[in-house]
Amino acid sequence: MAQNIIHVSNLSKSFNISSKKPGLKGTIKHFFRRQTKSLKVIKDISFEIKEGEIVGFLGANGAGKTTILKMLCGLIYPSEGSILVSGYLPYRRKENFLKNITLIMGQKQQLIWDLPPIESFYLNASIYDLDKFEAKRRIKKLSEMLEIDEELFIPVRKLSLGQRMKSELLAALIHEPNILFLDEPTLGLDINAQRNLRKFLQKYNKETNATICLTSHYMKDITSLCKRVICVHEGAISYDGKLDLLLKKLSPVKEILIVCRSEEDAIKLENFGFDVKNKIKNEITIKIENNSITSALKTILNNFNIEDLFINEPPIDEIIGRVLIKKDYDI
Amino acid sequence: MNLRKYQKVYKKFLHTSLAAELEYKANILVDLITAILSLIGSIFLLSIFFQNNGYIGGWKFEQALIIQGIYTILNGITNTWFNPNLTEIVKHIREGTLDFVLLKPIDSQFFISLKKINPSGFLEIMLGFFLLFFCIRINQINLNLSFLSLSLITMSCSICILYSLWFFISTTTIWFVKTWNAIEVLRSFLYIGRFPLNSFSFSLRIFFSVFIPIAFITTIPSEVFLGLSQLWKISLEVIIASIFLITSRKFWIFALKFYSSASS
Repeated sequence: MAQNIIHVSNLSKSFNISSKKPGLKGTIKHFFRRQTKSLKVIKDISFEIKEGEIVGFLGANGAGKTTILKMLCGLIYPSEGSILVSGYLPYRRKENFLKNITLIMGQKQQLIWDLPPIESFYLNASIYDLDKFEAKRRIKKLSEMLEIDEELFIPVRKLSLGQRMKSELLAALIHEPNILFLDEPTLGLDINAQRNLRKFLQKYNKETNATICLTSHYMKDITSLCKRVICVHEGAISYDGKLDLLLKKLSPVKEILIVCRSEEDAIKLENFGFDVKNKIKNEITIKIENNSITSALKTILNNFNIEDLFINEPPIDEIIGRVLIKKDYDI
Repeated sequence: MNLRKYQKVYKKFLHTSLAAELEYKANILVDLITAILSLIGSIFLLSIFFQNNGYIGGWKFEQALIIQGIYTILNGITNTWFNPNLTEIVKHIREGTLDFVLLKPIDSQFFISLKKINPSGFLEIMLGFFLLFFCIRINQINLNLSFLSLSLITMSCSICILYSLWFFISTTTIWFVKTWNAIEVLRSFLYIGRFPLNSFSFSLRIFFSVFIPIAFITTIPSEVFLGLSQLWKISLEVIIASIFLITSRKFWIFALKFYSSASS
């Protein structure tokens, strides 16, 4: 049984935010007398994450996902509560703790802009105290996993965003961390680059049993990588649990489009007792609860003359979109 | 602290920043020309000051050239290390890339103070040393062990004071976000270091000794060169340099508690 590697208990974070009124008058007033107020951006949250787990943090912009990640990796101090990551207090940033974690941010880069990525890899290797042979071995292994080769020797400024992101990943993983904090890692990447990155993360998690905490606005990242999600709404956790359960709860029914051989069959089906959404000639759309799909399909196929049928999943973006604006999920 | 690791990392810093700078050959060439012209201009300016009267604040032109030499070395060090690194702190904080520095298992002050170098500053350092050797000859300074060790101590202290002042201002970026202007003010104060402390009025001497110890940076090492140094002044410079260095370190650690990272 996997051990809990991240413990968060009653965690809160407040920031002092200054606000400014519009116009010249507001600007002058703001310059001489800045009005600041304390804003609680994370409100008393608690959760635990097991070793090897991939957890997605979901929430609207400004919900507090990135602030949580930054507190978990020790970049910012919590205002209240406690965090323990791999047995360390993150904000103390002890050397052994830092050797165990990595942070990858889709919108920020650590590679040296004017030099090929390979130079940044060797620099990071020396910071993590890896000898030349070990560094070379890891670069080779990771570049094979990430499917990058010639790009390693081209100045970063000349690489495409996808190539750059792969190189960023390699730079961030050269010390083989066992906890990865990923803040929108697929931001701005095209569909193929996104897919490759997800494939890599899955493989990395499988091979190293690394724990991954991920935020992303691309639902495909979440659905293909995370079994568990933590939904954050205005700094508080609105849901923490399995993604499947959340989706079932939010979308308890599926729509089935049935194409009957004749209009008479469609009428027969309409009057059979299913929840009918609409009917156009010999095509009828019915709603079936997720847990009775199999039995319903059996009944339809055995009793009606069917030409074709389609099961429509509701768009996941639409479902998750509902999560982002709702406060509580009682599941 | 693992010194071997820090040596290895510093070698990598040198290698990567030299490689990055050498990508832009024209830029290096312009920097080199600027360094030569700046030194010629400074000596010319100094000679104008000494044209009517052979002495300024009790210093002869040949003696004042020592201050210019020390200033040139320090300015070279500023351009080689302080300027490329410490101005970068502002960028790191504004853009939130300090996150990457703080998450590395290495001292963050070491990382942000030494990661980059600007090779064209080396020429300035070399020019400063040439000027100093020239001054040693024309002022007939006797090169002995005590002179060399005192010069080394006072010069090292000057570098520490200069670094600490600069680092202190850069650290305030964590609260104020933009501190370019403060750095520019510091740079313009440094120009004052080209002239002997005695050439200023009493109130300015106090200001440049107590509040912004620019005077210590060039005048005291120059006095060592001329055999005019007094032990209490050297001791005072060592004390001031140590206080500045320790305070800047403590201030950095304190400031990091307030680092909120840039929003994503």
